[in-house]
Order: sequence, then C-alpha cells, then structure tokens
Amino acid sequence: MNAIVTLSGVTKRYTRGKQTVEVLHGIDLEIAQGDFVALMGPSGSGKTTLLNLIGGLDQPSTGSVAVAGERIDTLSGSKLAKWRARHIGFVFQFYNLMPMLTAQRNVELPLLLTSLSAAQRKKNAEAALAVVGLADRSKHKPNELSGGQAQRVAIARALVADPTLLVCDEPTGDLDRNTADEILHLLQTLNREHGKTIVMVTHDPKAAEFASHQMHLDKGLLVGTTVAA
Amino acid sequence: MFKQTSAVVAMNLRAVPQRLGASSVIVVGIAGVVAVLVSVLAMATGFNQTVAKAGSPDRAIVLRGGSQAEINSGMGRDSVQTVLDSPGIRKDADGKPIGTGDMVTIVNLPKISDGSDSNVTLRGTGAKFTRLRPELRIVQGRMFEPAVRELIVGEAALKQFKGVTVGSRLNFRESDWTIVGVFSTGGDNHESELIGDVDTVQSAFRRTGFSSITVLLESPDSFEAFKDHLTTDPTLTVDAKREPEYYAEQSKQITTLLNFMAYFVGGIMAIGATFGALNTMYSAVSARGIEIATLRAIGFGAMPVVISIFVEALLLSLLGGIIGAALAWVFFNGNAVSTLGSNFSQVVFQLTVSPALVISGIVLACVIGSLGGLFPAIRAARLPIATALRAT
Ligand SMILES: Nc1ncnc2c1ncn2[C@@H]1O[C@H](COP(=O)(O)OP(=O)(O)OP(=O)(O)O)[C@@H](O)[C@H]1O
Ligand SMILES: [Mg+2]
Repeated sequence: MNAIVTLSGVTKRYTRGKQTVEVLHGIDLEIAQGDFVALMGPSGSGKTTLLNLIGGLDQPSTGSVAVAGERIDTLSGSKLAKWRARHIGFVFQFYNLMPMLTAQRNVELPLLLTSLSAAQRKKNAEAALAVVGLADRSKHKPNELSGGQAQRVAIARALVADPTLLVCDEPTGDLDRNTADEILHLLQTLNREHGKTIVMVTHDPKAAEFASHQMHLDKGLLVGTTVAA
Repeated sequence: MFKQTSAVVAMNLRAVPQRLGASSVIVVGIAGVVAVLVSVLAMATGFNQTVAKAGSPDRAIVLRGGSQAEINSGMGRDSVQTVLDSPGIRKDADGKPIGTGDMVTIVNLPKISDGSDSNVTLRGTGAKFTRLRPELRIVQGRMFEPAVRELIVGEAALKQFKGVTVGSRLNFRESDWTIVGVFSTGGDNHESELIGDVDTVQSAFRRTGFSSITVLLESPDSFEAFKDHLTTDPTLTVDAKREPEYYAEQSKQITTLLNFMAYFVGGIMAIGATFGALNTMYSAVSARGIEIATLRAIGFGAMPVVISIFVEALLLSLLGGIIGAALAWVFFNGNAVSTLGSNFSQVVFQLTVSPALVISGIVLACVIGSLGGLFPAIRAARLPIATALRAT
C-alpha cells in the first residue's frame, strides 16, 4: 500500500485549567494514495480532533503525523500554514464561505497564496466551479445559494489549488438526504475520476457507504476498519 | 504576502457596511473626542494669539512694586512724573517723553449673547496716548476729547457688549458718558476695553491714583537702562516690564487652564473612545471568528489577519478624526469667545482651528484606532485555529 497519510502513536490531550483530558489514546493509521475514507464514531469520540491532526490544523501531544512523506507534527505555525495551503483542501459542515465574496472569489481564495496571475486564478476558479457543476453561479454571493450549492462552492474552493488531500468534516451534516447524496456523489466522482484522496468525517452510515473504507473511532481509539463491499 | 494582505483587508472593509452600527461606534466616539480636543485647543490657540499680539517690545509698563495686574496697582501723580522723567524714553517733537499714566477701573456691561453683566475694563489714559500706541486706529466715529466725558470702544467690546455703539450713552457712578468712536488695535486685548481721558475718568470715579505707566522706549535695548534707573531710585517702589512679557504673564494662568482642560478632558474622552474602539473591534473579530479561522485553515498567515483588522480600525478612526476636526472647524473656527483676562475683565478672542490642530486631532484619532485595533487583531491571530473553527 502506498500510504499518503501515516499516523503512529498519536495522542492528543487538552488541558483546561488544571484538568487534562486525553481525547486520542495512541492512534496508528495509514491512508493510501487515492483512497476515500469515512471516519465514523459517536459524538465526542475524537473524530474532528483526529481530522484536524491529519489536516495540520492542530498538533498531536505525542506521536508523529506524516503526509506525503513529510512530518508535519514538528512544523512551526507559519510553516504549517504554508504546508496546508499546498497540501490540504478543507470542507466544513457549515461551508464556511466568506459572505462578502462571490462564489468565484471564494473559490479563488486559496490561489491568492500561490504565484498565479489574476487571470490564471480566475480561470482556475471557474474551472473548479465547472467541476462541481456551478459554472453558472460564479457571480452569486453565498446567501444567494442553497445549502447544497454553497457546499459545492466550498468543495470547489477545497479543490482549486489541487491539494494532496481533501479533508471533510461532516460535509453533509447540514443537508437533507437528497442534497447530501448529490454532494457524496460529487466527492465519489472526485475520488474515482480525479484520483483525489479524501478523508471524510461523518455520523451518517449512509454517507459512509460512499467511501471505499470506513474507520471507526470510539472514545479516542480506532476500533476497526471496514472495506466497502 | 501583499496579495494575501490586500485581499483580506479588502474583504474586511467590504464587510464594514454590514456592521454599520458597531462600526459607527468607533467613528462617532472618536469624532467626539477629536471635536472636543480640537475646540478646546483652538480656544487656547486663539487666546495665545490674542495675547501674543498684545504688547510691543519697544514699550514698557510700570506697576506698583509687587502688583500682578493694573487693577491692583496704584501710584501717585509724583511717581508717574518721576517715571516719565527717567532715561531711555523716546521724546516727542515737543520734547516731552512719550508715555502715559493710566487709570483703569472695572465697569459692568450686559453681554449681547445672554444679557448677563460682565466686567469690562475702562481705561483713562494721557495725552501722549496716540503717540504711544500708533497701532490704534479709529474705525468709526472720532477720538475722545479731554475734559469731557467721552469714551471710545474697542471693536471686540463692541461685538460682545450691549449699548456701546457710537452715540450711546452710559452711566457709571452717577456720571454720564458718551461713546464717540470705535477703535482697533490690530486684535490685542485693548480692543476689549473702553478708553477715555485719564483726568476725566479720575474725577468721575473720584480717584487720584494711577494704575500703570506705559512708555515708548528709545529702542527695545533701552529697557535695561530705564529699568535700572527705576530700581535705583529710592523714592520709587515700582516694577517695570517689557509689554510683551507683562501680557504673557497675565495670560499664563488662563493658557495653562485651557491647556489643562484640553488635555485632561480630551484625555479622559480619548481613554473612553479607546475602550469603545477596543470593544467594537473585539466584537467585529469575534463575529468574524469563523471567517478568520477558515482563512487561516486555508493557509493565510497570521500577519494578513492582524493587518486587516488593524487597518479596519485605523480607517474607521481616521474617518472619525476627520469628521471631528471638520465639526470643530465648521462650528468653532473664527467664533469669538471672551474670557477673564488681565484686570479680571473680559478678553475677547477668536477660536482658531489651525491646520496643526487639525493634524494633531487626526493623529490622536489614529492612535486611538491603532490601540483599539491592535489587541483584537493579536487575539484573532493567536487563537488556535481548531478552537476557532469549533465556535460554529
Ligand atoms: N479545545 C478543547 N479543549 C478541551 N476539550 C476539547 C477541545 N476540543 C475538543 N475537546 C473534547 O475532545 C473530545 C472530542 O472532541 P471532537 O470534537 O474531536 O469529537 P467529535 O467526534 O468530532 O464529536 P462530534 O461528532 O460531536 O463532532 C470531546 O469530548 C471534546 O469535548
Ligand atoms: Mg466533530
């Protein structure tokens, strides 16, 4: 297996006042290049915490996190920011679009961190919007879009800089069944046809079925991996 | 870096209209502070300018030893003669020294603005008065005549007090006076006075003494010789001062008071506005907590975030500063105000909103804005991204 993400012996402790809580108790996992992994588990089991470690938004208390062969648990804050810009596309439950910007400007944001020209940025943003099927909505502001459309824009934003990994935290958590399925189909297409590696946190077993693998987290421990039928 | 920063700044600024209420707290608060500070300082500036105009370096004023002001000074006719016979005083064509013994007294006149009684200086002066003060011009009517109860009124007094137009009659101490002319002295504090002939004033007010002696020196350098002569004369106990020094001393207290007021009141308001700005920016930052965290997750650095918040606060307070200074200018520049000046009487001066004051006001606004923006900006940049993202 060609692992793009490797965690070994990862623990995460939070300290609040004098109390220290360990949320992840020694996680070892590998995610293969081109995989689509659903991370499942009850609320509070540590899914978001684990996803944040993989996406370089947070750092482990102990253990190592390597993505595409690079240790990220030792990077400083500003190096990590640059690293995220190059390697990670994020999709959030509530889309997290910038309300003042049009769809196209939202999608362009990650490209501001590259050396692309303004014209090239616009072109790439439009291409990404076309991939998610929203080429005709590029001038709309987030409040003029439905939930599903907003999430497509967010996915386009996550894709536009061609990241190593797409990291999605409950991307369908705020959507109805049909819209959720459309988003999941989109993710599946991105995985199957564009070869994107995806890690997706979800509560929803139906959503998890769209993935190729399911990982189950319970009380801070990985309790099993299922390969999709 | 620049691209990142300008994109984030532009995005923040575009969001300002959405937070109009909160943003206007900064603008209005700072506009208020700057308006008050600039107005009070304009008062101090105007007062200083009026006082600085008073007095000529080639004139000296003599008061009884230890007297701070003309009103509490008193000298006899022989002292006046001795002083006028001293060396260093310029002589007129008739060979007499150019100098006058003046008697000042306070009279009450109603203000035009609210009708309340105010103290006004009435000055009786000697024959060499017009030679002594060549800056004095009659702008309306004519000069008073000696031996009759005639007065001329300064332009500033004319604007402030009722019943002093040319031809008006005034009654002081059972004596009737007629205003026969209006004079200008180029804006110094004599323009707040009524002036008449000294002998006539003395007899009407049943006084014999003199309050001050003013002389025209041969040159500004003659002052030392003049002063030395007075201090070595055992029959005299007088203090001699150059006129500009005398007026500067007279106004020191008021200048100090006005400056104190400006900086004290302005300072307290500035502190208040700083907290207002801090509060507004903290709420702006927390309202945009998710946006900021998302940008940082995408890979934007902490610096563009800090700068964008800072710039927003700075621009809002700059706007407030400009509005405040403009208000002060529109409403107060050139307004005449009077205050207690020398001799405990009214000195009329103009509020002067100078460019320097406008600039200081705007600089203050920017300082307040920077302080108000800096801490929220730093907090936004230091909050862990994972924590900030959870705030949904
Ligand atoms: N900053 C923090 N400080 C202290 N405790 C935290 C912090 N962040 C998360 N936790 C705790 O860590 C545990 C795991 O949280 P996490 O958000 O990873 O769970 P989750 O599986 O994503 O839950 P959900 O399905 O509700 O999103 C929870 O008990 C949570 O309270
Ligand atoms: Mg979660």
